[in-house]
Amino acid sequence: MNFVDAIWTVVKVAAGVAFGMNIAGLLGWVERKQSAVMQDRIGANRADIFGFRILGLFHPLADAIKMLTKEDFVSSSVVQPLHTIAPVIAMGGGLFCLAALPYGGTIQFLGRAWSLQPLECSCGVPLVLAALAFGVHGVMMAGYASGSNYGMLGGLRGAAQMVASEVCLASSLAGLLFLYGTLDFQQAVAWQSAHAWGIVFQPLAFILFLTAGAAVTKRTPFDLPEGESEIVGFHVEYSGMKFGMFLITDFMESIVICGVTAALFLGGWLIPGLDLPSMGLLGGVLMLASFTVKVLALLFLLMQIRWTLPRFRFDQLLDLGWKNLLPLSLLNFLVTAWGIYLWR
Amino acid sequence: MTVKAVERPKRTLATQIYLIEVWKGLAITFRHLFVNLYRHLLRRPDASVTIQYPEDPAVLGRRARTRHRLLKRDDGAPRCTACLLCETICPAKCIRITAENAPDAMIEKRAKTFQIDLGMCVYCGYCVEACPVDAIHMDADDVDTSRYSRKDMIWDMAELMGDKPKRPSAPVADR
Repeated sequence: MNFVDAIWTVVKVAAGVAFGMNIAGLLGWVERKQSAVMQDRIGANRADIFGFRILGLFHPLADAIKMLTKEDFVSSSVVQPLHTIAPVIAMGGGLFCLAALPYGGTIQFLGRAWSLQPLECSCGVPLVLAALAFGVHGVMMAGYASGSNYGMLGGLRGAAQMVASEVCLASSLAGLLFLYGTLDFQQAVAWQSAHAWGIVFQPLAFILFLTAGAAVTKRTPFDLPEGESEIVGFHVEYSGMKFGMFLITDFMESIVICGVTAALFLGGWLIPGLDLPSMGLLGGVLMLASFTVKVLALLFLLMQIRWTLPRFRFDQLLDLGWKNLLPLSLLNFLVTAWGIYLWR
Repeated sequence: MTVKAVERPKRTLATQIYLIEVWKGLAITFRHLFVNLYRHLLRRPDASVTIQYPEDPAVLGRRARTRHRLLKRDDGAPRCTACLLCETICPAKCIRITAENAPDAMIEKRAKTFQIDLGMCVYCGYCVEACPVDAIHMDADDVDTSRYSRKDMIWDMAELMGDKPKRPSAPVADR
């Protein structure tokens, strides 16, 4: 690896993290506005700078300022080192995943090849799944370290729920990865470029993955670890920016789930009918745009589901994970495996 | 009294799959989202039901109990005869009346001072029902009664009759 490659990798990782953080901020606005418009309301529109409101887009900024300047109150009952590092661990998993997403392929520009994926790795898919699963430690740690029964309850719920859904998250991808014959995002996209988008071959896995993904990110209808109307949940003893980090983690995990879905099911950075890798710089820009649009569309769908469905009961949620999603995804894998065996 | 048997909705395979029901729910919310976005683009007022309160006036029900109002006779004198029924019935004890002799012998008594502490009032409307001479109403349609100090929450007779505007209070009035 020469000097240019090293600099380019740093730039890409920074850009990937910036992608996630900016969309997470944007999602705070989308969450308010989308829910408001579909419920015949207007939504938050009062934050202004010199009288300009631009559809309430300053609210995420106001949120950030509030989070950063609020008192960071720490109860005397907390278990100290764990309480402080729990939000860092929860957020670290999500941040790491952002750097491993395939934002684009490889383009030729200025006489050399530039890869647009920050962390190029031949085992990208399990890497992202593992880093995503790391987030559950943050939730459990926060629940335990709070020294509060409500926090503990939220942490326990989070642990049971995220294990139940993460098993399905990985197993629903098994059939698809069997089909692609690779664990690398770029090769998966190349396979889809040669044949067709993954959702055509695995529509059931798409639904299973999105459902399990919504459960992993702890968003409604699966927000039992938080359970804001009953127990407030694992982050009950957090305030200020530590609480804000848990809030951003939810959004970032959603972005990662949508990014993986876009890469494996919706053709990643592909645009049908265009040969992007041979188009130079323009191709690179179109790759990034295509991937971003796909991620935003999936986030829009997840947001709509989040504001449409009521919350599951806890036993229903575990039933869904262990008794429905997991057998279905294993069945999907078996059928796919037999299909590939007979087809070849 | 007869018992009405309510049929529970049947669980069919279609509802058990859950995805169809999810899609039905999403169809409703998506329809609202896109129809409302279209109306917002055209700047139509039916795009949302929100009332932007401080800019737009509050919409009150016709029988809403709002801030009290003291009524006057035809000659401009207050109708109140200082019988103290409202002060007696008030469950929040927010009315204070002092009486004096009225110049008209047929009226006998009138209120010298009449104060309502809106900071204590529970807006039950008993004072209006108790009044034998129809001197007090709760129909001023004024809901902006909050002030910066407890003292400023007290309204006197002239303010309740509308003879004197209630002055807005300053943030650091009487700390």
